[in-house]
Amino acid sequence: MAKLSKEEVKHVAHLARLAITDEEAEKFADQLGKITVFAEQLNELDTTNVEPTSHVLSIVNVMREDVAVKGLDRDVMMLNVKEQENGQVKVPPILED
Amino acid sequence: MTLFERSARELQEGLHNGEYTIADLTNEAFSRIEKLDGDVQAFLALDKEKALQRAEELETIPTGERGPLFGLPIGVKDNIVTEGLETTCASKILKGFIPIYDATVVKKLRDAGMVTIGKLNMDEFAMGSSNENSAYKTTRNPWNLDYVPGGSSGASAASVAAGEVPFSLGSDTGGSIRQPAAYCGVVGMKPTYGRVSRFGLVAYASSLDQVGPITRTVYDNALLLEAIAGVDPNDSTSANVPVPNYVANLNGDIKGLRVAVPKEFLAEGVSEEVRQSIKSALDVLKGLGATVEEVSLPHSKYALAAYYILASSEASSNLSRFDGIRYGFRAEGVKNLMELYKETRAKGFGEEVKLRIMLGTYSLSAGTYDAYYKKAQQVRTLIKEDYDKVFENYDVIVGPTAPTAAFKINQNTHDQLTMYANDILTIPINLAGVPAISIPCGFHEGLPLGLQIIGKHFDEETIYRTAYAYEQATDFHKQTPQIWEGK
Amino acid sequence: MNFETVIGLEVHVELKTESKIFSPSPNHFGAEPNTNTSVIDLGYPGVLPVLNKNVVDFAIKASLALNMKINQHTKFDRKNYFYPDNPKAYQISQFDKPIGYDGWIEIEVPGTEGQEGYTKKIGITRLHMEEDAGKLTHGDGYSLVDFNRQGTPLVEIVSEPDIRTPAEAYAYLEKIKSIIQYTGVSDVRMEEGSLRCDANISIRPYGQEEFGTKTELKNLNSFNFVRRGLEHEEVRQAEVLMSGGVIEQETRRFDEKTGKTILMRVKEGTDDYRYFPEPDLVNLVIDDEWLERVRQSIPELPDARKKRYVEELGLTEYDASVLVVNKPISDFFDGMVNAGADVKLSANWLMGDVSAYLNAEQIEIGQTKLTAENLAGMVKLISDGTISSKIAKKVFTELVQNGGDANEIVKAKGLVQISDASVLVPIITKILDNNPQSIEDFKNGKDRAIGFLVGQIMKETKGQANPPMVNKILLEEINKR
Repeated sequence: MAKLSKEEVKHVAHLARLAITDEEAEKFADQLGKITVFAEQLNELDTTNVEPTSHVLSIVNVMREDVAVKGLDRDVMMLNVKEQENGQVKVPPILED
Repeated sequence: MTLFERSARELQEGLHNGEYTIADLTNEAFSRIEKLDGDVQAFLALDKEKALQRAEELETIPTGERGPLFGLPIGVKDNIVTEGLETTCASKILKGFIPIYDATVVKKLRDAGMVTIGKLNMDEFAMGSSNENSAYKTTRNPWNLDYVPGGSSGASAASVAAGEVPFSLGSDTGGSIRQPAAYCGVVGMKPTYGRVSRFGLVAYASSLDQVGPITRTVYDNALLLEAIAGVDPNDSTSANVPVPNYVANLNGDIKGLRVAVPKEFLAEGVSEEVRQSIKSALDVLKGLGATVEEVSLPHSKYALAAYYILASSEASSNLSRFDGIRYGFRAEGVKNLMELYKETRAKGFGEEVKLRIMLGTYSLSAGTYDAYYKKAQQVRTLIKEDYDKVFENYDVIVGPTAPTAAFKINQNTHDQLTMYANDILTIPINLAGVPAISIPCGFHEGLPLGLQIIGKHFDEETIYRTAYAYEQATDFHKQTPQIWEGK
Repeated sequence: MNFETVIGLEVHVELKTESKIFSPSPNHFGAEPNTNTSVIDLGYPGVLPVLNKNVVDFAIKASLALNMKINQHTKFDRKNYFYPDNPKAYQISQFDKPIGYDGWIEIEVPGTEGQEGYTKKIGITRLHMEEDAGKLTHGDGYSLVDFNRQGTPLVEIVSEPDIRTPAEAYAYLEKIKSIIQYTGVSDVRMEEGSLRCDANISIRPYGQEEFGTKTELKNLNSFNFVRRGLEHEEVRQAEVLMSGGVIEQETRRFDEKTGKTILMRVKEGTDDYRYFPEPDLVNLVIDDEWLERVRQSIPELPDARKKRYVEELGLTEYDASVLVVNKPISDFFDGMVNAGADVKLSANWLMGDVSAYLNAEQIEIGQTKLTAENLAGMVKLISDGTISSKIAKKVFTELVQNGGDANEIVKAKGLVQISDASVLVPIITKILDNNPQSIEDFKNGKDRAIGFLVGQIMKETKGQANPPMVNKILLEEINKR
């Protein structure tokens, strides 16, 4: 858990779909480095056999009945959409990276 | 002078006696905002036309059908979606976003007959402790405009402290209601996780977020929580636990109440003036017949690190939906989808948000998941167990809300860890999922200090009972900032 | 070629619920684009998922039908990836605690020239619940998204790498489809996308323990394409290895026109989906009572039904297998038998003329005018000699197109078989009188002559003469001459 390299930072930024410049990568490396060093104090604790908590309450089995409700009017559905065509949402070409 | 000096009960009496109308109350909010918000900078969007229209509609409802909050104005934090009213989370990435549905809490406000006045500034996506992370403006502390109001619900607290609105809703993920309430000298409640529906609260960290009320008094706070609390079929994590009539037992009697004071909450890092104010507050509680004993919450010091990993991890996933395709800001001039994603998100999110997305993405990655995310979840278990143990023998835990009074604008922006440390006393409560309130308990150099009262899961009632008894025995809540009367 | 092929299949099945898995939007195929969506499907800020109870019931049902164990403490996880058809940029799925695990099915691989058919057990690793994504259409320089399918409940069924040939893969898919169809949790229509399949394939020298590098085949639009794609891919991989090359870990698609697999993309390392437990959904605890309730709702499955056909109805293994594959046909068969029709004749009609008709018309039995009752009625008329098999074909055509009652049709069209000797003898006598040469031929040992004469008699009676009767009387009459 050492300081992050600039390359690691760029890889994480790619996973998070954030465009970053070299300078930003440097800055993030520095900031994330400090935070991760700080986070290393958790290693002082022995957590063998400690269950991880995802939900703080012990509620289980919350479900709804299988009843359908009419969908949104397409006009409403498209209200905040920037680009559309033939009732579909338009996006730029997908090029595999 | 403003009508908003009055409590909810007094405001109802005025309506009932015909002293003023609901429209008058609505207009009072807008004129206060017009007068003060140039200084306070609390509101991002106002809904005057609809608010006045609603005020008129409400007038037609018979007195018998009106509840204790009927006709009263309220401000709503900008991460709570309001149909037809721009909701941005104080982020550029949601600029111009008009929600097509109402949050459950907004529906409940309407059911209670309240009038939504507008949307309140915050740290972008609730990430911050000062409101300096808003993409639009920095809200200022009504007690001293050079100081921050706290965050992330800074404007929710400041607007109530300045008397722009008598009520507001905030949200609290690691202290975002309580810390600003403390900084602004108002009452802020972070309910038990699952007490209030999160449907329509734009998620920061789903396993920690809760909506809660900010008011000038404990009584009003209890009224507002009762109005918004309860199980919601749209939120699987909301609990099916009956909502009590919180105000029924507000009688000032706390004889025999068992109060625990964790030594970790008064340790180094907590300023002397805060320590003194808490000691005085404990004396007040003792004087009212409570027993006060020191306890230990041994894992408290690990809460901050665990919180930043867990909250950032969840945030990195929650904020991935902001991609410029279905709503919100979209970068122009991009050649392909990858560029659309990366440019939209790079330009749309602010620095702190990006940093936390990066931290969260890193924490969840294949090589780091166990060492970061899973470890933090295990530490969360230890912290929760600390609280469970103390609550076996005590009714409430009491301590300061924040280590210091409000700090100056721009004072802490240079260093994340110093900024994060402001939340050191509030974060463990979110990790444990328990409820906690902050109420005014003193002043330091003209800035308010907050007393934090923490309760058992779903026992907001005892918190309110304690807070009310304390409030009635002190007069901090009666003080108002100079700005209250105008410049 | 001395390589052994190793195949694993991932099958996605859309569940036939009324509403979506996490929202109440309608779960219907074929609606106008973007008309079956809600703020939840669109991933609007602030929305939360709520689990559809039927989805869990259906997933348990499918798991049990595939002989799987059930994770009674289970949960959902987020699988994070950006794509325009994935509005939240995470898919709610199940990662380390799939609802079903450790199951198996028995497949029947038909024989070919030189090789006998066989049965084989194929392991199933896991079955998990997840939400489907929207649908992307690619234009020139842009793509379009329809979010109707977003949130459609899916189960993903992952096989063990136990499959060794493309024919086994085909048999596996047929069996999975058949079992799921019996449970009623899905339409399993590949043409509508309610059943989809991806295949992983690698080869290794015989005797080697370690698996070779696998490639993944996607966009396989029919079971036949799966088989053909795999057939091509095992040859391609062998050629690469034989010529000293290495197999790349890559995704390929099957090109229907050329019958070849084509590279889509090379995988660099593993995808980092950053799975973590979904905080917006609470854990699921499936107690024994719940499990039992679902178990009780599982109908007779194909294997059990096949056994019943063989042991109780006396069908051959082969006929029973063919009949049970398609549930509507098998249900139809049961209906005919219940209506009193002869078992063997019913089976033959369903596997013969009925199947041929359905294949030619590309429809399912439910879309015709046939009912188990009216077809049973026809079969009974054959059994009791009222009509001949030949005449039955005419009756069938009428039944399948216009429906009705076989008895009525036979009466109305005068199709009743002529079995009355007093009617047949004069006709046969007339034919014999007209064909002395044929009688001569027959007497000289040319058996074919009988066939000619029978043909003439049938022609004269418009096919209605009872064939055994014709044969009998014909021989008697010839012998008299």
